[in-house]
Amino acid sequence: MSEHVLKIREEIVRRIEAHGEETYPHECCGALLGRDGEGSREVLDLLPLPNRRDDSPRNRFELTPDDVRLAEKTARAKHLDLLGWYHSHPDAPARPSEFDREHAWPWYSYIIVSVRQGEPRDMTSWRLRDDRSAYDSESIETAAAVSSPEALRV
Amino acid sequence: MPVKVIIPTPLRGYAGKQESVDVQASTVGEALTSLTTRYEELKKHLYADDGRLRSFVNVYVNDEDIRYLQKDQTRLKEGDTVSIVPSIAGGASRAEK
Repeated sequence: MSEHVLKIREEIVRRIEAHGEETYPHECCGALLGRDGEGSREVLDLLPLPNRRDDSPRNRFELTPDDVRLAEKTARAKHLDLLGWYHSHPDAPARPSEFDREHAWPWYSYIIVSVRQGEPRDMTSWRLRDDRSAYDSESIETAAAVSSPEALRV
Repeated sequence: MPVKVIIPTPLRGYAGKQESVDVQASTVGEALTSLTTRYEELKKHLYADDGRLRSFVNVYVNDEDIRYLQKDQTRLKEGDTVSIVPSIAGGASRAEK
């Protein structure tokens, strides 16, 4: 069983869902920015990015190395860490696919939101195991308010 | 010659928690071999089972993608920086609907 917990404010959950609704029936994607501490990880901001897969955007997404470098730069400018990535699964479960697993690294958090008929449904988060054999689910802990005054300045 | 390899955040745990590692190498291939010999755990996250770099793993010398240079035969000079940058890809499996 996973011990990973990802804290995320409700407002940011809504922004991910809204992005998935907006791009439906195509997949949306973006970067998760926040802070990673010993046993505690919190998403404090997002960087929505364009899905570069125009050949199969209903069931694939891709971000280029330049997108990744932009996300790293944006995180640094905000004094945050690039914690991972989010994407939507239009009309499919919020479960990582084999394709997701093959294209992942450990440590990153991967949030998936299922969007059915244009409506956001389940949201899950995952981390790849060290040996790449499978994903472990990461519990999403949603808070209505920001966790610290420091986070307000982000 | 001495060159610096920048380790991306997700892989630092497999490289002694370092942001960068100094290696002696005259090509990109040598630099990556030296890195993954020293930190063997990195290998499976950079290379597929066939020994080739994973499709989403991109390598830059300074700011140039090695795919547009001489790939792993790209020559390095003293002080060059080799960066490993992933592309991020994924998506739903149609069969899982």
